[in-house]
Amino acid sequence: MNTSKLLKAKHQRLILLVIALVVLTGAGLLAAWALRSQASYFYVPSDIQADPPEIGVAVRLGGIVEKGSLQTAPDGVTIDFVVEDGKARTPVRFSGITPALFVEGSGVVAEGRLADGGVFIADNLLAKHDEKYVPREMADMTKARDAMAQTQ
Amino acid sequence: MSEAPAPRRAGLWLWVPLAVFAGFFVLVMTGLLAPADREVASAMIGKPLPQFDLRPAVPGRPGVSTAQLADGKPRLLNVFASWCIPCIAEAPQLEALARQGVEIDGIAIRDRTQDVERFLDANGNPYQRIGADDLSQVQMSIGSSGVPETFVIDGKGIIRHQHIGDIRAEDVPKLIEKLREAGQ
Amino acid sequence: MIAEIGLACLWMAGALALLQLVTGALALTSKGVGLAGIVRPVAVAQGLLCGLAFVCLIALFLRTDLSVKLIATNSHSLKPFIYKLAGTWGNHEGSMLLWVTVMALAGAFIALVERRLRNDTMLATLAGQAFVSIGFYAFLLLSSNPFERLAVPPPEGNGLNPLLQDIGLAFHPPTLYLGYVGLSIAFSFAIGALVTSDVGPAFARAMRPWVLGAWLFLTIGITAGSYWAYYELGWGGWWFWDPVENASLMPWLAATALIHSSSVLATRNALRAWTVMLAVVAFSMSMIGTFLVRSGILTSVHAFAVDPERGSFILALLAIYIGGALVLFAIRARTITEGARFALTSRESALVVNNVMLSAILGIVLLGTLYPLLTEAFGEKVSVGPPYFDPVGAIFFIPMLLVMAVGPLLHWRNDRLGRITGKIAIPALLIGAVLLGLALFAPSLFTPSFKLLPFIGMGLAVGLAVASVMPLIGRNLRRTPLPTWGMVVAHLGIAVSLFGVATDSAFATEKLVASRIGESHTVGPWSITLKNVEPVAGPNWTSLEATMAASYDGGTATTIHPQARNYTSPPTVTSESALLTRWNGQLYAVLGEEADDGRWQLRLWWKPFVPMIWYGGLLIGLGGLLSLIGRVARDMKRSRAEEKIADRRERQGR
Repeated sequence: MNTSKLLKAKHQRLILLVIALVVLTGAGLLAAWALRSQASYFYVPSDIQADPPEIGVAVRLGGIVEKGSLQTAPDGVTIDFVVEDGKARTPVRFSGITPALFVEGSGVVAEGRLADGGVFIADNLLAKHDEKYVPREMADMTKARDAMAQTQ
Repeated sequence: MSEAPAPRRAGLWLWVPLAVFAGFFVLVMTGLLAPADREVASAMIGKPLPQFDLRPAVPGRPGVSTAQLADGKPRLLNVFASWCIPCIAEAPQLEALARQGVEIDGIAIRDRTQDVERFLDANGNPYQRIGADDLSQVQMSIGSSGVPETFVIDGKGIIRHQHIGDIRAEDVPKLIEKLREAGQ
Repeated sequence: MIAEIGLACLWMAGALALLQLVTGALALTSKGVGLAGIVRPVAVAQGLLCGLAFVCLIALFLRTDLSVKLIATNSHSLKPFIYKLAGTWGNHEGSMLLWVTVMALAGAFIALVERRLRNDTMLATLAGQAFVSIGFYAFLLLSSNPFERLAVPPPEGNGLNPLLQDIGLAFHPPTLYLGYVGLSIAFSFAIGALVTSDVGPAFARAMRPWVLGAWLFLTIGITAGSYWAYYELGWGGWWFWDPVENASLMPWLAATALIHSSSVLATRNALRAWTVMLAVVAFSMSMIGTFLVRSGILTSVHAFAVDPERGSFILALLAIYIGGALVLFAIRARTITEGARFALTSRESALVVNNVMLSAILGIVLLGTLYPLLTEAFGEKVSVGPPYFDPVGAIFFIPMLLVMAVGPLLHWRNDRLGRITGKIAIPALLIGAVLLGLALFAPSLFTPSFKLLPFIGMGLAVGLAVASVMPLIGRNLRRTPLPTWGMVVAHLGIAVSLFGVATDSAFATEKLVASRIGESHTVGPWSITLKNVEPVAGPNWTSLEATMAASYDGGTATTIHPQARNYTSPPTVTSESALLTRWNGQLYAVLGEEADDGRWQLRLWWKPFVPMIWYGGLLIGLGGLLSLIGRVARDMKRSRAEEKIADRRERQGR
């Protein structure tokens, strides 16, 4: 039997260890790089105004749906509305079935991207699932509530 | 011939998993400790109530409106619901406050008349007025994000204090103190 | 009364766990050897008492005993029986009790049945199991008591979240928990083996069926959970890389690696330290997953609404158990000598590739899940989803699949690729043929953007399906051992699942439209007509139900009824999608809102071959089951043979 292909025991262990480390470190570095470029950042309308994301990059937009801004397009499934946080406003367009708790004046998180012309195209709208659930990102939306009060 | 022991360098690598776990632990600790306070305090404290006018939630009590709340007398505004369990826990405290002469108005959110009636029958009715806020719109406009929450409103309709969560026995004196301050 | 009995049983079980730990540890010392006889019975008693406590909680839920806080907060008298039952574990405290119960019962089961280990290793294993249980008993009894009473019982319960009122989801947690917590056995085995330096083929053979069992339940649990999300959430998707989903996937990845590496250890006495390490990692992933979803540190659409205080408790437990096990590993692994050697081209090597790739994917998923936490420490809020997980995972998944096609055909220890070129050629040619066919006849894959991963996926899936049955060719099928069948079926399951995933990603079509009653729409080969929308009522809900006639390729129409449903307690709206399944895919229909002009929003999908995803998952589980039965049968045969030999020796006076 050909044993010359077999390594010495301690060499084998070392080589296996090195392979495992190289692959795992490689995976870690790859992951780190991919996370930085592919993670979806969270914006409120003021952020969009001050430091807008690149056109077409997947981000999330959170805020309050401005009262009176909700309009349904003639196709019956596309809606236009404005998300605001008391300081700035961002127009949003969404095609699809809106989640149940989505009404004017309520909080919303939209997943999508900024398009040319400053309109946010939403692929997905997220609503609350629990009466006491406030998404952590919106915990400092005191300014939003402020603004809402002023529009009353 | 005895087998060679694992090279000493390999010995150091054995501690790598532990180091990785330690890193995870630190990361997660900061995540846990940092936003320890998940309560969303209202930015409305010191601001006047927004304008609203809620229809009565049950027959037998009038609805709640901003105009009535600014009639010169400080009062408590309690946000509750028939399906809210901690609201049951605070019912005795509300009762105690009402017996001491405190005026309490209620806002029932996302509720049905028969359920609110059932809740009041079972737990007592300390409210002078109860408004129905079907979509939580008024609740959110006054800066409340959950149930139960209680606000101290002064005679001019300005929000002076917010109590988040159910009112425990030890919270009662503080609320009375806030009401007294609001009256000055 | 029942609540008090339940709580008392829980305390007693906790006390017995403490006893199990102390006597188990002492029995390893020379002075305490006499205690060894107690440890197994104590473990069995602990399991039974904990089981009784859980039965008590079930009874309270079935009777809707509103004086118990947990029932008042989570149940409702109008709830159908089956959902009252499922409500037991549909909340934080109840599911924590389920966790502890499975752990205790698993420990009892090992104590009763496991005879293959050296006695001292067995004691160390039971002590290890008890050590881990104690922390969770403490968590339950001190911080999450399921039997807590309310001073004044409310007139009615708060109602279970209607999203959880579903058969699939009702039984999804217990299945998953049998998996997660079943991995604690592997963890305890690893601790036992490290303490007594008993890492060898016997250890691997003893541990393997337990890991297979836990892995089997995890596979079924994840498959079921994915299918539930698919039809209940109404978005047409079946995996969202949500932290809760990842929390179940990570232990599964580690357990899959563990099954393969313990196979190397059992057969060839190699990868010894690595296998022990993986056994620790697998259950650590279960514990980390539990922590992530209950602590509230990650935003998830379906995490329990818990608080940081409980999170800190679990984190402390994690530090003790995972940290402790890793310290034990670092100190004792030195005594684990190197295993047998093997060549670059051998089955062991293929399994090493499998393990390294799976570990890489595990790391990738873990990093992606934790990344939002990291960035938040620096003030930035992010979310990580498919744009990260899919491509980065694929980079390691694809090579792993290629090796999976070849590995089972290689000999142990030393082999040449030349020997199997004939067998590999067929799958390789098939992959090429499929890819070529797609390139020529499926232009939709290339415009407007190149769907690379689905493209590769379809080719790979077909090749893999054939490669997975290759090990059976040329064998006497009736005499092929069950574990080999298990391997073939499980690998075939992966190919089937991959095929479903790839074709759905590549060829699914969607139609979003506002429809008048009577209008027809096409999606893929289907023609759908909206006949009517009318109100319908159920036991604890009311809904608007649409009646639609769907006809495939002009054939006879079938009626489907998607609903938009309103639950009353607590007030929630859900979408009940309508599914029509054919051999070649599924029609998925969702009803939205009515517009002011009387039109109804409809969302329709045609998803080719999508059910394969879950059939594949079930196949994988079936493979695991076959393997498990095969191994257990073989072990029982072996132990009976050993008994006969020992018997004969006795009678012959030797």
